[in-house]
Order: sequence, then structure tokens, then C-alpha cells
Amino acid sequence: MNRGMKYIDEFRDPATAKVLVERIRRDAGDAPVRLMEVCGTHTVAIARGGIRPLLAGAVTMLSGPGCPVCVTPDGYIDAAIALGTERGALLASFGDMLRVPGRTSSLEKEKGAGLEVRVVYSPLDAVTLAAATPDREVVFLGVGFETTAPAIGGAIKTASVRGVENFTVLPSLRTIPEAMGVLASDPDVRIEGFLCPAHVSAVIGTDAYRAVAETRGIPCVVAGFEPLDILMGISMLLRQKKEGIARVENEYSRVATTTGNRKAQALMRDVFVPCDAGWRGIGVIPGSGLGISDAYAAFDAEKKFGIPVVFAREKTACRCGDVLKGKILPADCPLFGNACVPEEPYGPCMVSSEGSCAAYYKYGAI
Amino acid sequence: MCLGVPAKILKTGDATAVVELGGVRREISVMLIDDVSVGEWVIVHAGFAIEKLSEDAAKQTLALFREIAEADPSGDS
Amino acid sequence: MHDRILLSHGEGGKRTRDLIEKVIARYFDNPVLSPFLDAGLLGRIDGEIAFTTDGYVVTPPFFPGGDIGRLAVCGTVNDLAVCGAKTLAISCGLILEEGLPLDTLERALSGMRDAAKETGITIACGDTKVVERGKGDGIFITTAGVGVSVDGWRPAPSEIRPGDRILLTGTMGDHQVAVLVARQNLSIDAPVLSDVAPLSGLLLPLLTRFAGKVRFMRDPTRGGVGVTLNEMAAAANARFVLDEARLPVRDSVRGVCEILGFDPLYLANEGKAVLIVAGDAADAIVAVLRGHPYGREAAIVGEVREGGSGVRMRTIAGGVRAVDYPVGDQLPRIC
Repeated sequence: MNRGMKYIDEFRDPATAKVLVERIRRDAGDAPVRLMEVCGTHTVAIARGGIRPLLAGAVTMLSGPGCPVCVTPDGYIDAAIALGTERGALLASFGDMLRVPGRTSSLEKEKGAGLEVRVVYSPLDAVTLAAATPDREVVFLGVGFETTAPAIGGAIKTASVRGVENFTVLPSLRTIPEAMGVLASDPDVRIEGFLCPAHVSAVIGTDAYRAVAETRGIPCVVAGFEPLDILMGISMLLRQKKEGIARVENEYSRVATTTGNRKAQALMRDVFVPCDAGWRGIGVIPGSGLGISDAYAAFDAEKKFGIPVVFAREKTACRCGDVLKGKILPADCPLFGNACVPEEPYGPCMVSSEGSCAAYYKYGAI
Repeated sequence: MCLGVPAKILKTGDATAVVELGGVRREISVMLIDDVSVGEWVIVHAGFAIEKLSEDAAKQTLALFREIAEADPSGDS
Repeated sequence: MHDRILLSHGEGGKRTRDLIEKVIARYFDNPVLSPFLDAGLLGRIDGEIAFTTDGYVVTPPFFPGGDIGRLAVCGTVNDLAVCGAKTLAISCGLILEEGLPLDTLERALSGMRDAAKETGITIACGDTKVVERGKGDGIFITTAGVGVSVDGWRPAPSEIRPGDRILLTGTMGDHQVAVLVARQNLSIDAPVLSDVAPLSGLLLPLLTRFAGKVRFMRDPTRGGVGVTLNEMAAAANARFVLDEARLPVRDSVRGVCEILGFDPLYLANEGKAVLIVAGDAADAIVAVLRGHPYGREAAIVGEVREGGSGVRMRTIAGGVRAVDYPVGDQLPRIC
């Protein structure tokens, strides 16, 4: 009963996992190799797999800013709440966003006070919702990286084609390669290898990381999310380091290709335009965001309702930024585990199921 | 940020398809990929197929894992 | 009778009498209830008494594999069963929303009747109230249950010791997934049935057959096995270690979890029990469980170890991770 999921279960074989762990330990040097998993889904997969303690002493996994919820600024939540409370919009959102703290409140708290928020699995469900409630404005909270951007773009196109005029998106889309570049050049961070995201890569193509590998000299391996994928990806990074090379390699060849999904990329170019984006804890990274293009301005909630998303300075006690940059481990933040816990999170790293702090807290820094 | 699962195409429609994973079915959009056919595998994220899964490449990866496991010099460690 | 519940059905006058005599009485026909006195007289009871109560507010009221009525009986029977008590009688408190289709009420009552019959318990007393439209989610049911404890057994978390085994009577997450799918706002088509079932016949015989070997039992409802194990480990002040590879989960439930990003460890069950048993009796107990229709997928899923408290899990990858309390409900996620 537990063995029926193709392309998932074969990548969870315990015997192979054991061998890969041994291989990693043999290839590691005297000091633990500092690798960064960029993608939040990798952070959770590593935590759920109990992989960190398996590699203790050989590899230190730093968790990067690949959690779109974590890097979404307070101002976004505030704008979303305002759209609901001041403009009477019906909000539709991925579940991940509900407990993220804005400056003073969160969607979940406001829901308790009457804000209408519907959790959806797909942005298309929000379009369907809008079509079914023509007398309400439906605003979809479009948060994500390049994995999700095509889906959100697809929803906007669908709404456009179907003439669903009461559907808009409040975008909070960010792109990965620019952020990796910023991290790679930060001397405090000292990353020796990047474990690159599986599904972002499926969309943008593995060539997207060549600049980081070739100009910064940091090995990059694209890896899937199953335990064997992750262990193999880490092993490949260690081999590159051992051989003194820095290339982009692809462990997730069953899905990711060098050029990626051209059709999805074309759709993104149609619906979105690159823009500067503020990343919580990192600051503004030029060209690292996606805004809605003029052709689809009618579906842009910021423009339609005149409620801008303001990138504000974070609460000073919160060290999410340093956690996101991999400068400190969650346990190093003075708030971790006391003032900042999953039930009462101070910052998004603790709220998001993907956040490094939440993963550490839930699955244990054992 | 990347929660995506491999699912098999059962039926194709206009810009949609019905996929199956572990006996569970859902209708998804295939507007992001070209020429899907029944029996092919795709990665599903947020209600969309975002890319196809290559069964050949999957086999190669698994074969590589088997090779590594069998060649392990430390034996049953 | 009208085809919908009206406020007057709750006012105590003729309409209430009609509701009781023409509808409720048809489903709950037994010598204790039928006189419709202000209380059900149960007579002399031999043994030590156990008592429990629970409220049932599930939406939608009908879902693949069960309904709110069946749930209202089984939930209460199971709370008593895991404490070692055989249910004798339950009460049935109904809060109905004005406008509720009578058919919905009848289906719920029929679910209760069938579950009561299966378990051999008496629905001994009840009450009906009607609230205004908009002030109640269709139908709420509260049941309280009275039972008699099996001779010589008490839940004993303090008896739990290293070497004991952790048993599950079957697969995780079936109920919550069935209800989620029935809500239809995720557009997922999954062949999952709720596991709602009464467990007294499965569990109580174990307590005499394996005297001294069963330490503690709980039913993993809201929050799932993950929450229940944390509560049990805290009650016992013990360290539980699970083996991820041994956790029984149906492929269809895994499929839904993979798509939506849920963890089956934290999904609600309504026809399962967690047992902590002596190590030397674990295999035999599993064999007996598997011989029963409600225990076919029973399994040893972990053990009690030395050192500290809390719940850990040996992962498929060979690592170890903590299994902590979740925060809030699981929601469909993209990350």
C-alpha cells in the first residue's frame, strides 16, 4: 500500500540513501563543506528527511532565501489586508500566506475579524471564484518564484480570454538567479556550493546558473526533492569541490533541462516585466522581481485599486534576513524558540512551512 | 516554493488534462506545455503541468543510483 | 411534517412533539428512550463507570464512508473504548438550524441508529433545539456516553517503559482526506473513504486476552497520530521513536498529501487507535488486530526508548527528525 507512487518511491530507497551518505562523508574534508540549498522546498525536504544530522561534520547546509513567503515584505500583507478591509475585496490565496505577519496583523488574524480570505490550491481556482461571484472583486495573492509565476500568468491570461473583469492579482513574484548572485558575492556568507531548485530550474533551465558557477567559481547542482535526489545532489557538489571545478550539473535530469520550459518562459515574458524587488532581510535586488505588464494592467490589483505595496524596514529584533542569507543558523537568532515560535511567529521564517526557522523548530535541530 | 508532483495523464482536453497520482485524479491546465498525450508523465504545481517528466532520464538516474549502491566499497555499512 | 426544520420544531409545543414522535422515534426505537421521559432510566449497573462527551460539527454532514450521525456515535464509543470501557448508552443532543432539510436530519439519525445497532448500545435520551437560520451550520450533534470499565484494566501511561512498542490499528489520514474531498473546493477526485468505525469490539477483548501487556491507548482524531503521540509521550514522560517506513498510509491518501503538501501524520482519523504495548506481546497483538475488519492494516510503527521525552522519527533516508505539535490546520500550499 505504501509503495505505489511511481517516480516518488524509487527515489526514497533507504539502502541507496545509506550508500550516498557514506560517499558524502568520504568525500568531505576536515572542515564541514558549506553548501546552500536555495529552495525552501529543499529546506523542508532536508528537515523532514532528517538529513542534516546524517551529514553533521561533513556538510553544513545553509538555508537560503528560497522561500517566497519568507522574503515577502510586511508591506505586502498590509496591502492585502487593506484590499480586503478598505476595498471590500474577496482575497484568494495559497495556504502558505495565511499566518505571515504584516506590520501589525496577518490574514489569519484579520479573517477572525471578518476579512474574507479563501484558500485555493491553484490560481485558476481564484479565476473560477471570480467568475462565480461577478458582484465581488476577487484579488489573488500572487506570491512565488519562477515555478509559480507561469501558473499565475496563466491565470491572468485565462481571466483575460474569458473576460473575467473582477479578477486581479497582487503580485509578489521574485526570481532566483539574481539573489544567488548577491549571496555568492557576500564575503560573510562563504558558500562553497549551491543546491539549486528543482522546479524553478524546470521552468528557467539549468543554464540560468552558469553565471554563478563560471564567474563566481561556485559549483551548482540542480537536484530533485526526494531524499536520494538531495543526497546525490550534495554528493555531486562535493565531488566538484574535490576536483576543484565549478560547473552547473543536473541531478534532476528527468524534469529539468538546460533551456527549461520555453512555452512557460514566453508566457512569463508576455504577462510580466522584470522589476526591482525588495527581499525581506536582504533589501532591494535590482531586476529580481516580476511585475504585471501594461498589456495586463487591468488585472493588476495595485494599479486597479491604487493600493501600493510598500517595502518597509523590518522590525529590528528579527534576524530573518541573516537566516535567509545563510549567515546564521535559526538557533543563532536570539528570538528563536522563545519570542519567536510557530504559534506566535515574529518573522516569516518561522511562519512559512518552508521557512528555515519553522523547519528547524518542527523537525528538530538534532 | 516548488511543491510539484509527478502525475500521469489519463485524459486530454482543450487546454486541460486529467492526471492521476496514487489513484487520485484532478483536472489541471496544460497551457504551459505542448502536445501532451495520454500515458505521459508531467510535474503538477498549483493546478498546472509545468513540465514533462522524461521516463528515459528517470531510468538513467535510477540506474546510476543502482550502480553507486552496488559499487559501494564499504559493503554493507 | 414539513420538509424543512422550522423554529417551531424547537419550541416545545406540538411541532416538537411531531418531530420527536414522527421522525426521531422512528430511528431511535428502544425501551429506554420510547417513553420519552425527561431522563433515560438505565437501571442498576455492575462495575466501574466511565463517562465521556463530544460535540460533532463536521461539514459537510455526509462524506464518502460515513456521516455526522455515525461519527457522533463512534467518536464517543471510541473515547470510552480507548479508556477500557464498553459503552452502554449514549445521549443525543441535536442543535438544528432553521431551514435544515428534514431529509438531512433523517439521514443523520439513520447513521446514528445503524452505528448504535452495530455496537449494541442504547440511545437512551436526547434533546432537540432549533436555532435561527444563519446561527448554526446545518446540524450539530453532541453525544455523551456512559460505559463500564473492563475488569482490571486502567489506562496506565506511567507503566510505559523502554522496549514497549507503538502500534497503530490501521492507515492514517483517511477520514480527514475524505471530508476535504467531499467539501469539493479543491476539485480533487480521490477514492478515499472515511474510516469512521466503532472500535470497542477491536480493542476491549485485547485487554483481557493480553492482560498486563497493554499500557495505554488513545484515538488519534484532530491533529492525527502526530498530536496524539506527543500527548501520550508527555503523559508518560517517555521518548517515542517512530519508523517512517512502517507508517501505514493508503496510496490515495498519500496522493492527496503529495499534491496539497499535507503530512499524513497530522490528519484526523475516526476509526483508528494508537496503542502502547509490552514489547514481547506486540507481534501477537498485531496478529489479533489484523484478524478484525477494523484492524486489517495494523502495524508496529515504533518503540519506546531510553532518554528524554517527546517524539522522534527515523526517516526513510536513515536520518532522525522530531515529530512535534503542528501549528493550526494544514492548508494547501505551493511551497
